[in-house]
Amino acid sequence: MKFRRLPFIAGFLVVPVVLYVIFVVSPFVQTIFYSFTDWGGLTDTQNFIGIDNYVRIFSDDIFVGAILHNAFLLVLMPVVTILLALFLAFMLNVGGRGDSAGIRGVRGSGVYKVVLFFPQVLSVAIIVVLFQSVFRTDGRGLLNALLMAVGLVSPNDPVQWFNSPTLVLWCLLAVMVWSGVGFYMVLFSAAMQSIPREIYEAALLDGATRGATFFRITLPLLWENISVAWVYLGFIALDGFALVTGLTPDTGGGGPDHASELISNVLYRTAFTQGKFGLACAMGVALAVFSLLLAIVQLRVTRRDRIEF
Amino acid sequence: MPFSPKPSGAEISRRQLLSRAAALAVLAGPTAGLLSACAGGGSGGSSASGTKSATNPFGVATDAPLDVVIFDGGFGDAYAKYDVNLYKKAFPSANAAVKSTQKISDQLQPRFANGTPPDVIDDSGDNQIKPGTLVTSNALTDLQPLLDAPSYDDPNVKVRDTLLPGVLDVGTYNGKVYLLNYSYTAYGLWYNKKLFDSKGWTPPKTWNDFKTLAPQIKAAGIAPWVHAGKYPYYMGVPIMDWIGKAGGNQVLIDIDNLKPNAWRVDAVKASLNAVVDMVHNGWVLPGAEGMSHIESQQAFLDGKAAFIPVGTWFENEMRKTIPAGTELTLVAMPDLTDKDAQPYGTLRAEAGEPFIVPVKAKNQAGGLEFLRVMLSKDAAKNFAQATSSLSIVKGSADSVTTSTALTSANKAVQAAGENLLHYRSVTDWYPTLINEWEAATGELMAGRFTADQWIDKVQAAADKVAGDSSIQKYHRDK
Repeated sequence: MKFRRLPFIAGFLVVPVVLYVIFVVSPFVQTIFYSFTDWGGLTDTQNFIGIDNYVRIFSDDIFVGAILHNAFLLVLMPVVTILLALFLAFMLNVGGRGDSAGIRGVRGSGVYKVVLFFPQVLSVAIIVVLFQSVFRTDGRGLLNALLMAVGLVSPNDPVQWFNSPTLVLWCLLAVMVWSGVGFYMVLFSAAMQSIPREIYEAALLDGATRGATFFRITLPLLWENISVAWVYLGFIALDGFALVTGLTPDTGGGGPDHASELISNVLYRTAFTQGKFGLACAMGVALAVFSLLLAIVQLRVTRRDRIEF
Repeated sequence: MPFSPKPSGAEISRRQLLSRAAALAVLAGPTAGLLSACAGGGSGGSSASGTKSATNPFGVATDAPLDVVIFDGGFGDAYAKYDVNLYKKAFPSANAAVKSTQKISDQLQPRFANGTPPDVIDDSGDNQIKPGTLVTSNALTDLQPLLDAPSYDDPNVKVRDTLLPGVLDVGTYNGKVYLLNYSYTAYGLWYNKKLFDSKGWTPPKTWNDFKTLAPQIKAAGIAPWVHAGKYPYYMGVPIMDWIGKAGGNQVLIDIDNLKPNAWRVDAVKASLNAVVDMVHNGWVLPGAEGMSHIESQQAFLDGKAAFIPVGTWFENEMRKTIPAGTELTLVAMPDLTDKDAQPYGTLRAEAGEPFIVPVKAKNQAGGLEFLRVMLSKDAAKNFAQATSSLSIVKGSADSVTTSTALTSANKAVQAAGENLLHYRSVTDWYPTLINEWEAATGELMAGRFTADQWIDKVQAAADKVAGDSSIQKYHRDK
């Protein structure tokens, strides 16, 4: 039996493993290899140059700046998104008035759910086009037009949004949170619904307020979902390529004056406009290492005992 | 509760390890094949060759397939399809095909890396593979044989003698022509002649004229100037044109050759100060500093601004939204000082839309022959008609009179004669310098940089390129 089971299982695994090795493992290995070469990307020859590429990227102001910008997003984006998603999920599920009918969400929660989840079904390209109009820098931009209509902004001096070095990262943060919060709201809602109502009702009988219910019951029971959300959002914060490329100024994005460069778009520009694939591969490897470290740290920090119910 | 994260592979048993090793062994066969295909792919072009003759100067094998990739941008791809049909007439048994895309780099970089590039590529658009990078990688065919071949229409005239003057300069790297830039693009200021006539304004010939006219334009509720601030490239027209015009061509040549302190000359400062004046006088459309090229061009077409710096692809790019009656007209940059090194009318005009034949093209001879077909009178006239743009073939647009934009560009080019400007270091030679030039220009136009800060930043970037041995350097003398 034992001898037959192994080939049987292997038979099922051959195809996925082959695909995985060709399309996932082999590019990783190749990227690591190329990161130690001066490959230009357009020929099939390259020279081995040791760790020069790594020395170079960490002494490059633009790349180091990009790491800091990613760190900014990495710290703020998951926190803001999770807090907002938790708040919304709580209001939609248990935030309503508690009465004899038991625990429920605020009135009209079904509609809110659809509205808030909607950004999740839009592709990044559509989000980019949408926010190009929202954050347009002249009087035809949605936000500028609104601010001008209420007299907060002079028509001769519209807000520069993505073209302002002090606002650009906050604008990116806003777009990221907007497009991500719906999904996590639904995730947390589902998790909240699996929390037995009896627990809430018992808390209600004991006279617990909404706040106490949230912090004493909901949050601890959702902890595992939150830690997963944090890891996922962390990865999204480390990427951000499409948004930066489409929304921020200068060819390939990252402007004004490198104020919004992210690792991903510096990497892309290094490879595809500067033709330094070896250097770009080193950036890619650095990004991969950051991602791994992030996952390890986050899972360790958020590890807690599991509560069975 | 769903999803309990657990580091996978933490507990690999000996049996798992063995089975994984077995799986890898199975893989080794096909993967090794793939790898060797990558490494050794395409051992060199022109493997198939036919016999050379007067009508087939490159010895194209008559049945060799031809693989052409066209950038489907401002010029569309209809003209290339027409040209492929001309090619098919000469080689009826060849399977010649055009593919069009806007993502040249994303689609073709892997093919270059594999050694299986197409035979002809129109390497354009913001996703182009940077020509300098291709040249450095020795990936391109020297076009000398094409230029010395007999022209399509007259066997007694060489191809190079059918072209406008200076059009090969942009595709020349260290003395060799690797890129055939097919369109002839002039840059300058555009205005709507109909609007100017109705208000009694005339386009300024000097910066002083501009300074007198701008307040009048502003008083009429129109911004004198709009530009695509999101892509500072477009501000090259006033900034770099003025540098070359006020300081002379040698200043631009020194800049391109990365000469020390090449940016620290009076002409650069005068040019930047004029641009800064425009910003501080409030002559720029509010919000222009963050606008894309399409947004700024539409704002101009909607009558919100009087002048916009763009190249001659303007009309074709905006064709669908140009209001009826608009008379798009191109003029050269006005004189900056009363002692400019170059006379009024000096124009930045250069060949654009680079066509290349990769050195590893399967049908290299066919690629050259396709370019020879494109330079025929028939193909050139069709290009002018289809795109309202000039091509590098002499007289290509003389019989086309349907567009004020094309006519005014033709006129500006003729008026400029030999007084032409061009610059390479901040348009295609050195991508890192381009990047910093754009960053500095964006800051200048947003009012956050002074002329001196701009010069410091750009000079530092140029010095960095000059001192970086991993960047291949280029040189030009004219």
